[in-house]
Amino acid sequence: MFGLALKMLFGDTAKYLMLVAGLFFATFLIVQQASVFCGLMRWTTATLKNTGAPIYVVEDRVEQVNETNPLRDTDVARVRSVSGVRWAMPLSSGVQRVRREDGSFKTIQLVGIDPASLAGGPARMVKGDLKDLRLPNTVVIDELAIEQLSKDKDHPIDIGDRFEINDIEARVVGICKAMRSFTGGPYIWTTYERALQYTPPQRKMLSAVIAAPIQGMTASQTAAQITRETGLRAYVNEGFNKNENDFNTSTVWWFVKNTGIPFSFGTTVVIGFIVGVAIACQTFYAFVLDNLKHLGALKAMGMSNFRLSLMLLTQAFTVGLVGFGLGLLATSGFAMGAIKHDQPPFYMPWIIPVVAFGVIQLICMLAALMGIVRLSLYEPAMVFRA
Amino acid sequence: MSDPASTIVVDAQAVEKSFGDGSNRIHVLKQVNLQARTGEILMLVGPSGCGKTTLLSAIAGTLKIDGGEINVFNEPLHRLSGSALTRFRSNHIGFIFQQFNLIPTLSIAENVSVPLLIQGLSSGAAIKRARTVLESVGLGDRWKERPNKLSGGQQQRVAIARALVHEPPLVICDEPTAALDAQNGEIVLDLFRQVARAPDRAVIIVTHDNRIFSYADRIARMDDGEIVEVHEQSHTTRPHFEHEAAH
Repeated sequence: MFGLALKMLFGDTAKYLMLVAGLFFATFLIVQQASVFCGLMRWTTATLKNTGAPIYVVEDRVEQVNETNPLRDTDVARVRSVSGVRWAMPLSSGVQRVRREDGSFKTIQLVGIDPASLAGGPARMVKGDLKDLRLPNTVVIDELAIEQLSKDKDHPIDIGDRFEINDIEARVVGICKAMRSFTGGPYIWTTYERALQYTPPQRKMLSAVIAAPIQGMTASQTAAQITRETGLRAYVNEGFNKNENDFNTSTVWWFVKNTGIPFSFGTTVVIGFIVGVAIACQTFYAFVLDNLKHLGALKAMGMSNFRLSLMLLTQAFTVGLVGFGLGLLATSGFAMGAIKHDQPPFYMPWIIPVVAFGVIQLICMLAALMGIVRLSLYEPAMVFRA
Repeated sequence: MSDPASTIVVDAQAVEKSFGDGSNRIHVLKQVNLQARTGEILMLVGPSGCGKTTLLSAIAGTLKIDGGEINVFNEPLHRLSGSALTRFRSNHIGFIFQQFNLIPTLSIAENVSVPLLIQGLSSGAAIKRARTVLESVGLGDRWKERPNKLSGGQQQRVAIARALVHEPPLVICDEPTAALDAQNGEIVLDLFRQVARAPDRAVIIVTHDNRIFSYADRIARMDDGEIVEVHEQSHTTRPHFEHEAAH
């Protein structure tokens, strides 16, 4: 009977394609928009990914990594004094301005790290040596900086090239790979002391203290100990999860709660769902109505409502599967482009296609249910009425 | 004349059926009594709206009656549950509809195989059996084609093949010649005669096409929800399709 159901479905090419197209668009909108949203949220935690320390100690009221309530320089020593801390280093992080060759300015994310340990430095160097940061007036830039700071230069910016950060000279000694920041500016690393020189003076300038736990203690345990003993807020850096004390999680939730970003993307996802429901339900119902005479004949000939329902479910789930597959394929194409060009932000955790598949099948079930209700109300005797 | 050895397979007694409620209630069947026997073609005739299709639906088990009894092959249809009626239809009745009701996206053989699929036969075995039956109606070489490639008469022959493929003891036909010209009508009626001559099988035809009355063994005339006359016909000559409607 399943073969019969599929032949009836594929035989009506126009409606079949319409159904697949509706579910394709629904899948594409839901998966693509959800993934761009996740990518964007991931960008908000770029500083955490790019500096990579297991523990971030910040001022007590700080909720997300892009927010800076400076600490006192002595707080580094206070954190170091906690018994569960293996090492603790100062970190300066903030948005600064670079003057480009053509006289225009570009905002960058400047990160100042401890010159001795180089803790918080980029993990993947493409060119040069991170240790060269110990030389005077030096910086390490990411690949995005090459693209953004090379405007009007006769060659792409490279090791040995110079530019100005807030009117102070900086010389490139290394190029690294880094995650793009939420603000769209490139990451530039220098030493902590030099970062303070590049930054306009303030009373307190320490953005955070990065730390690591001693052997035998987890980052969570050490973070809890730091908070208990210093009164500072110590977050762990594990990646987005259910742990409220994870800085990634806290940062993402801050953006979800305090910006219109989730509403905007959520609206598109809902529109995707509505488009799917509207097209799939309407078209599938029309398909059932068009075939009502034949389905009624099958009913008269002795096919049970249950088997007829299974036929409709088979048809609905088949178009759901095809539409979802094509939608996911199109999203993958989009993803390849996004990853290649590093924008728009795109991150698709496994939960997105799984949930999208569930949503698409829910749409199909709704469509099939409408057909099933219509068919169950159809008296087999109706088939005798011309 | 009916064969004295024939047995009554359909026995409708005092059948009542109404549609609608209150002042809109229409009494469609009024104390209808009717029998059909094996080996005969019984035609239910009468003007439009007289209740013949309603009676056919009730006998086919597709419509619940309000009163009376309908026994088909000793099964009391008026007492069977919905699912039992569904099973009964699939095992005992072959249907031929006025508009053929062939599924346009299936091949002819697939259309014919549907009753076997409903009974749970595998697709391969059902198609094999369908092709055999299509041979018997003269369409064996066209089993792969879609119904829209066939003429009206050929489509009706496919519908007949579908009605017979599972060898039901009762074949129900609703206006089988309404959409056919005289030549095709004659071919189809000759097929019905062959079908009805099979042992233990009865054929009931609802029609108001008086060109085909000569094919009936008995004609039950209905008017205003009642059987007003049952007329038995003897076939001393071969029945024939009236090329001009008799008045």
